Amino acid sequence: MAEYLLIESRDPFESNDVGYYYDLARGLVEAGEKVTLFLVQNGVFAARPSAKAPQLRVLVGSGVKILADDFALKERGITKLLDGVQIAPIEIVVDHLEAGHKALWH
Amino acid sequence: MSQKTFAIALMDAPYESENLTTAFRILDAMARRGHNINVFAFEGASGLAFSKQAPHPNPVHGKNVAEENHPTTKDQVTALLALAAKSGGKVDWVNCGMCVDERGVGEFVADTRRGSPADFHSFCEASDNVLAIPTK
Repeated sequence: MAEYLLIESRDPFESNDVGYYYDLARGLVEAGEKVTLFLVQNGVFAARPSAKAPQLRVLVGSGVKILADDFALKERGITKLLDGVQIAPIEIVVDHLEAGHKALWH
Repeated sequence: MSQKTFAIALMDAPYESENLTTAFRILDAMARRGHNINVFAFEGASGLAFSKQAPHPNPVHGKNVAEENHPTTKDQVTALLALAAKSGGKVDWVNCGMCVDERGVGEFVADTRRGSPADFHSFCEASDNVLAIPTK
C-alpha cells in the first residue's frame, strides 16, 4: 500500500478541477492506498460547514484523512470546520515527505 | 528524524501568487529540521533570487521604506539559506538559465546559481522525495 499526500490549494468554486482532485483522493483509497488531503490557501474554503461543496463532504468518512492548514484558516477568519476535517500545521507536509509518501500539489 | 534531501520545483513569479507564501513556509519547516533542500526555480520563479529587487515605500498609506518594511523574495531566499546552514542543512538554489535570460533577471543573491532543467533531473535522482509546485 502506497501513501499519498494530496495538497489542494484551490477551492471548488474557482476551479472545476478541484472536484477531479477530490475524486482522485477517493479513487486511491478505493484502490487500497492511504491518502491524506491537505487543504491550503483557498482550498480551506470548502471545509466550512456552510460551504456548498458536496464532493468534499463525500470524502468525509470515506477513508481519506482531510486536514486544513492552520495559517490559511486564520488568514480567512475561518473558525468552524466540517466534522471530519482536522486543523494541521504546515509541518505536516514535511512529515509526509520525510516518510517518503508521494506528494502532489494542485 | 534523520537528515533528508528534498527536491522542490517552484514556478510562480514573485509577488503574484499565494503559492509562494506556502512554498516558503514549507521550505522554512524543512530548513528548521536540518534537511538538505534542492530548489529548481523556473519560469516566473527564476526571479525570486534576483538581487536588484528593492523594497518600496507606500505613499498611499503615508509610509516610508522603513515603515512599510516590504518583504522581498530575494531576502527570503537569503534567509532560507542562512536558516538551513544554521540548522545543519544546505540549500542548492538553482535559477533556470533560459528563464532568467528571458526575463533579464540573471543577477542572483549570494550562494544561488544558474542552471538548467538537467539540474532538476539530478535533484530528483539524488533526493529522498520531490514536491513540484506549479502555477495555477
